[in-house]
Amino acid sequence: MWIYEKKLEYPVKIKNPNPKMAKVIITQYGGPDGEMAASLRYLSQRFSMVTPQARATLNDIGTEELAHLEMVGTMVYQLLKGASIEEIKEAGLDPYYADHDRGVYPISAAGTPFTAAYIQSKGNPIVDLYEDMAAEQKARATYEWLINLADDPDVIDPLKFLREREVVHFQRFGEALRIVQDYLDCRRQFAIPKPKGME
Amino acid sequence: MDSNREELLKQLSAVDFTIIELNLYLNTHPYDQNALVRYNTAVAQSKMLRSEYERCYGPLTAYYSTSGYPWQWICNPWPWQYRFNFTLAGEEC
Repeated sequence: MWIYEKKLEYPVKIKNPNPKMAKVIITQYGGPDGEMAASLRYLSQRFSMVTPQARATLNDIGTEELAHLEMVGTMVYQLLKGASIEEIKEAGLDPYYADHDRGVYPISAAGTPFTAAYIQSKGNPIVDLYEDMAAEQKARATYEWLINLADDPDVIDPLKFLREREVVHFQRFGEALRIVQDYLDCRRQFAIPKPKGME
Repeated sequence: MDSNREELLKQLSAVDFTIIELNLYLNTHPYDQNALVRYNTAVAQSKMLRSEYERCYGPLTAYYSTSGYPWQWICNPWPWQYRFNFTLAGEEC
């Protein structure tokens, strides 16, 4: 189970509304490499993961991603709060406004609603951990493009924190993969253990 | 009063982040005794800061925390609200 804690993992305090930034940052809320996909991916994969280390890694990184989801949602909320209709129109957010006003809804930067098709849970520990390492790198790159698009230190600061967490998670998943490969004794083959009957 | 709350929240957030980081590290390095000591120390620090924060500013959870009357959990601010948070922007670590 989970227990909600009434604080953010890292503070988000954005003074000036900026619907243009909200429009792109929302992709880390409900986009293909966003935090919702990350948390669902790891929390779903953990059920069939092997080794205590890798199981705990998926469980706890999946949990931290929920805290990141909250941070990104907070950023979108604060960037939209107080934005005028003119600013929203100018940012090209009028289609979003028509459906959601200034609410937070999980979509990508291009407006695609969140879908579980962004994630995989393959039931094979090697497959899943490779996916997870790739996912962390994709999220890191996304945060870098978002930092390139931002000019407000209030926005850049939490984005830098989130980017750094992707780097740490990648490292931890790499360690988990090595542990699982040792466990499955297939380290040198870089291969997936064959199913029963196909050895 | 609010700057006190922000300062306390900042200290608590820093210690809690240390715990998260050591938690993930220990998951793949369960025999690192030095990291384990640091983890246990941070948890003890967090407990003290947490009880101080809750005594002054209300419950952090609706599970482990007790509440004054009336029920304090529903009180503003919530973490996504601007005034809840302190700022670290512009500060170099």
